[in-house]
Amino acid sequence: MAEKTYLQAISDGLRGEMRRDKRVFVLGEDVGVYGGAFKVTLGFQEEFGSWRVIDTPLSETAIVAGATGAALMGMRPVAEMQFADFVSCAWDHLVTVAAKQRWRAGTPVPFVLRLPSGGGFSGGPFHSQNPESSFAHIPGLKCVCPATPEDAKGLIISAIEDPNPVLFFEHKHLYRRIKGEVPDERYLTPIGQARIHQEGDDLTVVTWGAMVYTATEAAKTVDASVEIVDLRTIMPWDKEAVLASVRKTSKVLVLHEDTRTGGFGGEIAATIAEEAFEDLDAPVKRVTAPDTPVPFSPVLEKAFIPQVDDVARALKELIDY
Amino acid sequence: MATGTAVDVVMPQMGVSVSEGTITKWLKQVGDSVEADETLLEISTDKVDTEVPSPASGVVTEILVQEGETVAVGTVLARLGGEGSAPAAPAPEPPTQPAAEASTAAATEGDAAPENAAPAAPAPAQAAPSENGKSFVSPVVARIAAEHGIDPSRVPGTGSGGRVTKRDIQAFIDAGGAAQQQAAPAAPAAPAAPAPPAPAAPAPAAAPVQVAANAGETLEPMSAMRRGIAEHMRRSLDTSAHVTSAIEVDMSKVVGIREKLKKEYQASYGVNPTYLAFIARATTETLRDYPWVNGEIRGDQIVTRSFVNLGFAVELADGKGLIVPVVKNAEMLNLLGMAKAIADIAKRARDKQLTPDDVAGGSFTITNPGGYGTFHGTPVISQPQAGILGTYAIVKRPWVIADENGADAIAIRSIMNLTLTYDHRLVDGAYAGRFLRDLRGRLQGWGESDY
Repeated sequence: MAEKTYLQAISDGLRGEMRRDKRVFVLGEDVGVYGGAFKVTLGFQEEFGSWRVIDTPLSETAIVAGATGAALMGMRPVAEMQFADFVSCAWDHLVTVAAKQRWRAGTPVPFVLRLPSGGGFSGGPFHSQNPESSFAHIPGLKCVCPATPEDAKGLIISAIEDPNPVLFFEHKHLYRRIKGEVPDERYLTPIGQARIHQEGDDLTVVTWGAMVYTATEAAKTVDASVEIVDLRTIMPWDKEAVLASVRKTSKVLVLHEDTRTGGFGGEIAATIAEEAFEDLDAPVKRVTAPDTPVPFSPVLEKAFIPQVDDVARALKELIDY
Repeated sequence: MATGTAVDVVMPQMGVSVSEGTITKWLKQVGDSVEADETLLEISTDKVDTEVPSPASGVVTEILVQEGETVAVGTVLARLGGEGSAPAAPAPEPPTQPAAEASTAAATEGDAAPENAAPAAPAPAQAAPSENGKSFVSPVVARIAAEHGIDPSRVPGTGSGGRVTKRDIQAFIDAGGAAQQQAAPAAPAAPAAPAPPAPAAPAPAAAPVQVAANAGETLEPMSAMRRGIAEHMRRSLDTSAHVTSAIEVDMSKVVGIREKLKKEYQASYGVNPTYLAFIARATTETLRDYPWVNGEIRGDQIVTRSFVNLGFAVELADGKGLIVPVVKNAEMLNLLGMAKAIADIAKRARDKQLTPDDVAGGSFTITNPGGYGTFHGTPVISQPQAGILGTYAIVKRPWVIADENGADAIAIRSIMNLTLTYDHRLVDGAYAGRFLRDLRGRLQGWGESDY
């Protein structure tokens, strides 16, 4: 057990799998010589060689297509987008080919697509998005969004082992800011199982990624016992954990950094309304980014990304309801 | 009341046959001003849906019967005060303290407005609107209340606007509140299906039959009108011996004359001489010769009449029902008068301006299902009448006629089918056939100077 950053935890998990399994290899833009845009694969090419740590041309389509082909041929590719935003270039290969292959032909497509996502550092509209709901909507893809270093390691290993295409959303704002104890040994964090980040009785916050920390800070400002459910993976998502918490507290806030309309929070709110209606003591509330691109300006970006005050205000409204 | 005289608004006597009505919508709320004859609320009876005008100008100080409730004719529905009157109780929002907490402060019903209350500042009387089920009960509170047999309005609320929160009702139960709720059937285990809501609100006049929807089905309550239609249709078929005869009528002359009259009637009277008006006119004339078609079996007697009260089936604009307003003394109307009378009742039917007496007293009915191109039907008699005439689409058809030399020729003619559905207890087939023959003769022989 050692304290590691979120970034180190991902890097360690990935390196461990490459040492353990020769089928695992890395491909992406500048992942080799440069060590990756955020240095997740720093030193990988020295250790594993340029055949297992492949610098690709600037073509997200080629990266995802190559990973799909390699996976079909029995490899375990881990592809990196420099920024999650760029995955839109690879939409066709992900959605039309990779997601549907198993349904069409019965063949597994075991690759991982690493997607550095999220804002909070004035990255603007092309380097700050959280596009997880777009892919959660595509049957055949799994979407993983860890919040802690421990989960980041355990989930990257589970993602590599999973026989399906797994989109691994790693939040850039957490990379070096968040540290935590990470077991040294190999372990798997199950995909589809939420984690109770903080137990409480009065109301529930359902969230994931960087918003777990925003919720934690906001919960400190209110005079109530707040339960924070960190979904960890949104496709599949842990419906039972959410419903169990709702049945306990009867008040729910769904919080995400993604924009509002069509955000995954809507699916969660709808499920709660359908399956836990008779346990509700207040309307299900959402706090999300507004329906706009992510602004560059630090002031505007703060107005865009849910802040501690925004969450605290929503918590108070639910408490007072 | 502070100023002016209080005026009671009562459930109106909407005709001799109506004993009760249901409030469908209040158009004014407590505190609103209303002018005399301005529409105050909408009501629904088994005969019609209609609006109730305010009996006087003033301010609504109390609403005593809520939407959805059914009450007898003469029941006081609301009270009006003169201008500047204070409401008897605060407006229902926000919900006030529950009755248990506020019993000492609770204003007695009816004379709640203190004589010396400042007109501008309504007394903050705790009128406990939760008593009538108006205050919001969240799903979880409703479920817990049902499981423990508790009336949520008895639980002190600490939520927004005095709402009972989940914590409030749990504290109430923990404090033994459920046990104090007298004869509530104890249900310690949560029922698999939600229990029906506790009958805290006044029960509606007729207890609805509990039915369940299967997968893919939805349930909606029958409107008063739909219930009335359902009951009447069934009763009519159970009463009369329905038989239908049909006849083909060459309407070519009527078509031509109507074309000529149309402009004149529109320009001079603003009314359209519809085919229905022609048919109604000819029917009224024909009924004079066939009194039993215009008659009724009453007990073991046969009723015949010196007048024709002609009913017209009108589909409501929202497609939600059918109503049969009656043109009284149709025998006194010429073609223009008939056209005007039909237009008037049809408009009033669609605008919900009919009174129950407008739909009562018919002696014969015409229904016009041909608007959608149908050429035959078997309408149901409007009880206690003896017959109903059905009119259908006018269609151009090849028709065998006699030319000027008396030889057969085929011409294009505007043909319409008419059906007479009659009560065979009273009207025999030959009698009905002669009625239709004569009616056809009147329509086919319509002259330019006939009216």
